Amino acid sequence: MPGVPDVQLSSLYQQLILEHYKKPRNRGALEDKTVEVHMRNPACGDEIKLQMKVEDDIIRDLRFLGDGCSISQASVSMMTSMLKDRPLDDAIALARRFTEMMHGDPEAAKDRSLKDLRALQGVSKFPIRVKCALLGFDALQQAVLQSRTATGDQESAPSEGS
Amino acid sequence: MSVTHTHAAAPPVPTLDVERIREDFPILAQEVNGHPLAYLDNAATSQKPTAVIDTLRHYYERDNANVHRGLHELSRRATDAYEAARATVAGWIGAPAPSELIFTRGTTEAINLVASSWGEANLAPGDEILLSELEHHSNLIPWQLVAKKTGAVLRYLSLDDDGRLILDDLPGILGGGRVRIVAIAHVSNSLGTINPVAEIARQAREAGALVAVDGAQGAAHHPVDVEKLGADFFAFSAHKMCGPTGIGALWVRGEILERMPPYQGGGEMIDLVGKHESTWAALPHKFEAGTPNIAGAIGMAAAVEYLRTIGPEAILRHEQDLVGYALDALGDSPGVRLFGPPEPSERAGVVSFRMAEAHPHDISTVLDREGIAIRAGHHCAQLVMQRFEVGATARASFYLYNTKEEVDRLVRGLDTVRSIFGGD
Ligand SMILES: Cc1ncc(COP(=O)(O)O)c(C=O)c1O
Repeated sequence: MPGVPDVQLSSLYQQLILEHYKKPRNRGALEDKTVEVHMRNPACGDEIKLQMKVEDDIIRDLRFLGDGCSISQASVSMMTSMLKDRPLDDAIALARRFTEMMHGDPEAAKDRSLKDLRALQGVSKFPIRVKCALLGFDALQQAVLQSRTATGDQESAPSEGS
Repeated sequence: MSVTHTHAAAPPVPTLDVERIREDFPILAQEVNGHPLAYLDNAATSQKPTAVIDTLRHYYERDNANVHRGLHELSRRATDAYEAARATVAGWIGAPAPSELIFTRGTTEAINLVASSWGEANLAPGDEILLSELEHHSNLIPWQLVAKKTGAVLRYLSLDDDGRLILDDLPGILGGGRVRIVAIAHVSNSLGTINPVAEIARQAREAGALVAVDGAQGAAHHPVDVEKLGADFFAFSAHKMCGPTGIGALWVRGEILERMPPYQGGGEMIDLVGKHESTWAALPHKFEAGTPNIAGAIGMAAAVEYLRTIGPEAILRHEQDLVGYALDALGDSPGVRLFGPPEPSERAGVVSFRMAEAHPHDISTVLDREGIAIRAGHHCAQLVMQRFEVGATARASFYLYNTKEEVDRLVRGLDTVRSIFGGD
């Protein structure tokens, strides 16, 4: 990265992250959502509202609204771009693997199934920023949980997470 | 309605010898991430001078004992030092009597004490508590809690676009005749605004309301005289003013304090204990249940003594010099949005800002790599963030040991931020 001599900084702010931050994927409201989770990091004010349309345990569509730092917003942007038409189980597996990488697991960091999200591995060297990267995945896990408890009760209104 | 602050031919305020002052703070002489530390997070907590650190060490090495209990020599020394600390700390804010000063864990506990003890005994359904939009959560949540318990109602003074309280609304709110207490920050931790507390207190008094001042930033960054402010309660924390964490104080006007019920029960705060009824110790001990933070109180007094040798007027002047310098430099920095009053004379050493390119967190992380410590977030003032429709700001806050050179580094650091986040 030109003009940035600091190695840790350039490993944190990978081009891919900045690109997702500036041009987030799947940002906006989802008309026919079946579940919505609003997550906030009370320590810093970052927030993410994740909306998903889930049918037969498959995420048919997902979008997010949010306000926060490059790490939280890039992370959720990458996450949403990987989960369209994927089963809820895959979403949980992805959240698990990503969390492992954030906690410094070198195996997880090599896992190709994490795709773009691997660009975020530098965050694990900045412990105070790990929460930022995990915010969207916390929302995802909540949303999956809510979708599952709502199964068989498809008509129920979208519920609000914390 | 106009509010004027007239300072009748103030005596000249000395300038600080910052290089010498910095030698009093051992923590400043270190490198962080390969750069000299520039500590610009003083509104969160200040650093501690050797005088304070040595006082704590001396106390624990030579005088430590419980207070008001033992009849032995160490207990006498500890008690004397603790009570002398009370007098010193009371003196810092111009309190008329040390017995009106209660040691607490800090500002937060002090305000909770007022809200619980005074509030629960004096507030009735429909009574109003007047706060402002710029309050720190610790001058907000205790009032929300007591409002729920008593049926009292919260009212708010709004902020103008420059982060000043809109005082024009005050006569109307007070004129309703239901406001029992006005609880207001002396100095805002998120914007730096120095509030016209004396004017607010004058009007409150005329309307029969009491005035509680959150002095966490005030006592640290502004000379304080509770009588001149017209306050009835004044809460502050040692750690913001060069003292230890975990200790602070609440001053309460004597005639009010005498009528307040105890806040917590336990040792120290009793006189005669029976199986079903007890009587309370004399003031201020009635409000200090349990073994107090003795070393903390003594350390707080050492901080006061230290700050006194420098002078609160000179410290404020120094902070305002730095704020003026920072506002000019940041104002020239492309894409920077500044919050708070434009005139340095209206604020203490706090500068809140945002950048077009990068979120406050990212600014903070980049600056940290250059050894510059600032705060990013909502600064425990979510109502302020809501007022300005932002989720967070970056905040640099100055104290007596900060320099223009550190401000220059901050401004240059924003260039690094731009080099990472700027462009497409
Ligand atoms: C204006 C203001 N009020 C209250 C507080 C709370 O102080 P403490 O955390 O020391 O209790 C702070 C600092 O955090 C503050 O800046």
